[in-house]
Amino acid sequence: MAEGLNIERVRIALNGESLVSLDAFIRPGEVLTVMGPSGSGKSTLLAYLTGTLPPAFQAEGRVLLNGRDITDLPTERRRIGILFQDDLLFPHLSVAGNLAFGLPRSGSADRRARIEDALSEVGLSGFGQRDPATLSGGQRARVALMRTLLAAPGALLLDEPFSRLDADRRVRTRDMVFDVARQRALPVVLVTHDAGDAEAAGGTCVRIGN
Amino acid sequence: MLRFLPALTLMAMLGPVVAGLLGALLPASGHLPAAGFHGPSLLAVRQLLDWPGLAEASRLSVTTGVLATAGSLGIVTLIVAGWSGTRAFAWLERALSPLLSVPHAAAAFGLAFLVAPSGWLMRLVAPLAGWERPPDMLIVGDSFGLTMTAGLIAKEVPFLLLMTLAALPQARGTPTMLVARSLGYGRMTGWLKTVFPSVYAQIRLPVYVVLAYSMSVVDVALILGPTTPATLSVQIVHWMGTPELSARLTAAAGAIWQAILVGVMLLLWRAGEHVLARQGRRWAAGGRRTHGDGVLRAMGLPLAVVSALSVLLGLVLLALWSVATRWRWPELAPSGLTMRTWSRHASGISDAAGDTFLIAGIVTGMALVLTIGCLESEHRFGREMTRRATLLLYLPLLVPQTAFLPGLQTFLLSIDADTGRVPVIAAHLVFVLPYVFLSLGDPWRAWDVRNATVAAGLGASPDRVLLAVRLPMLLGPLLTAVAIGVAVSVGLYLPTLLIGGGRVSTLTTEAVSLSSGGDRRAIGAFALAQTAAALLPFALAIGLPALVYRNRRGLRG
Repeated sequence: MAEGLNIERVRIALNGESLVSLDAFIRPGEVLTVMGPSGSGKSTLLAYLTGTLPPAFQAEGRVLLNGRDITDLPTERRRIGILFQDDLLFPHLSVAGNLAFGLPRSGSADRRARIEDALSEVGLSGFGQRDPATLSGGQRARVALMRTLLAAPGALLLDEPFSRLDADRRVRTRDMVFDVARQRALPVVLVTHDAGDAEAAGGTCVRIGN
Repeated sequence: MLRFLPALTLMAMLGPVVAGLLGALLPASGHLPAAGFHGPSLLAVRQLLDWPGLAEASRLSVTTGVLATAGSLGIVTLIVAGWSGTRAFAWLERALSPLLSVPHAAAAFGLAFLVAPSGWLMRLVAPLAGWERPPDMLIVGDSFGLTMTAGLIAKEVPFLLLMTLAALPQARGTPTMLVARSLGYGRMTGWLKTVFPSVYAQIRLPVYVVLAYSMSVVDVALILGPTTPATLSVQIVHWMGTPELSARLTAAAGAIWQAILVGVMLLLWRAGEHVLARQGRRWAAGGRRTHGDGVLRAMGLPLAVVSALSVLLGLVLLALWSVATRWRWPELAPSGLTMRTWSRHASGISDAAGDTFLIAGIVTGMALVLTIGCLESEHRFGREMTRRATLLLYLPLLVPQTAFLPGLQTFLLSIDADTGRVPVIAAHLVFVLPYVFLSLGDPWRAWDVRNATVAAGLGASPDRVLLAVRLPMLLGPLLTAVAIGVAVSVGLYLPTLLIGGGRVSTLTTEAVSLSSGGDRRAIGAFALAQTAAALLPFALAIGLPALVYRNRRGLRG
């Protein structure tokens, strides 16, 4: 079985007009960067990979994650984590509540310990009971990252996740994301229009659209 | 299950309307076997035509309806065009919003206490005019229905104002006005020429609702309307309450006639829109920068203030009368205060309040479940609601209540269904569902669906996304929808009266039934209790999220 994310001859069209066509294999710990101007179909590709493509689109091809065909699975069973450009922390839950949301079921002592470990891994020890709205942009981005990772995904999708951060935080957050993805041997798809992101990712880079 | 909810919702909303119209059509054509009438015959139509008040009652329905609609729309237009963005407008908006949920009957009673010959305004004038006793004038119940129209305007201004304010952002009011004014247009003329057309396009259906409602209202007409003859809708209700069974035929024919009248007036109003739009386009292209701006602007504020004050002062008078000992003419305040009225009616009020909240709670709960089900199925199966579906939401509000409720009662009796709470709940649902749906729909669709994608990416099933993410995040709008649902149900008079068969007493039916007696203290107590029942949920809707989410800044506006 081939470990990694296999995007097999995927073509997405809207009203017969082809938007995206991609054939790629991303090994564990590798990053595939997809670049293109806005409106080029980047978010369409991500919607396809997460299983949230609106019915108006026509898609063909297959997606395999660690050899498992996930093409027709609903989003919650694909085990693909996604980070958007907004952190989208759930505003009604505490920081710990957000992290616990995606944590697979286990004993409560174990859950608390794993949440505290995750927070200290990104330098946010003791932030568990905080209201996410009181955190800085960089802190929120780190909580969102750990929330995604605690759900133990098989692959990571990044939808311009650094574009809302200022230049300094951007570099640090970006390095941290790529580091933890590499440590956990996750295949990563990064969608961006920023050349700096693509360079930092270091993997293959494909351009879609014109 | 979820897939069938939209169809179920539609049935709950339109089923009773259709059954009611059919239930009126048969007796109107002389067919009511349960009462020994076998049609088809012209008996019902002939009885209706034989009623000497028909022409006058029909005219009243048209004039009060059109005047109330044009009046409230006119005031809202003047105030928004002339004053939006000013401090006076902000004050007025704050004063008018809570008035939206004041029940029509309570507002009507308050107005009666204010303008009646023995009312508070006359007491204010009496020393100046040298009156020893209340003047002999027919103000409440005047034969042109002017007081009734005023009462309707005071209640519809808050409704249309809220609709207009909701439409303004989409009509791009602020930037459009900036362009118009930089081209030299006055505030009023500029607004009427540039913003009004797109605002009106969005509030058209609410305006139609106001027209249909005002033409056929019963509780306000019983309290403030003329009696010789009464309005058509009041007369229909009288016929329904007459022991003679042949009067049911007349009522059914009257119901159909009321439906035709409203339908024709809606068509005429629509035609009037076309004519005005043509004139308006020519006027706009004429290039005149100001057109009576000063006068129009100066008119707007006092009209809106009077409209707001008439309800607010009315409520104060209801409260005062409910605790008054002696209150002689022409004194402006009672000689003393007492809780005697409240303690005398305590059991009556608490019994009625029990039924009121039981019905309102069940109806609102059902409406909320159906609405969430429809919106969630729209989200999960990717079916967008079309414009035509929005029209369906408004349909039960556009059919006059007196057109289908008498028929619904006849229909229920003919299938041997009992009157009582259960059918009343079904009848209330027809009116509560559209308002709950309209109130929740926009915030529901404005919710960022990427939250759902993130949650599903974390392994959450669609049900868990709904229960653990979407509903908690939408707590504020959900509670507002509940408050609106309860307020609508609390204020309903005719569905409770006709479908309850006289065996279901809510605060509204009790209050309105006091109108003929003239016991001001009892009226004050019941009408105030009715207002409180409608306002309380709004206080909760504002207070509860602030309490639950006191440590969650992201959910506090």
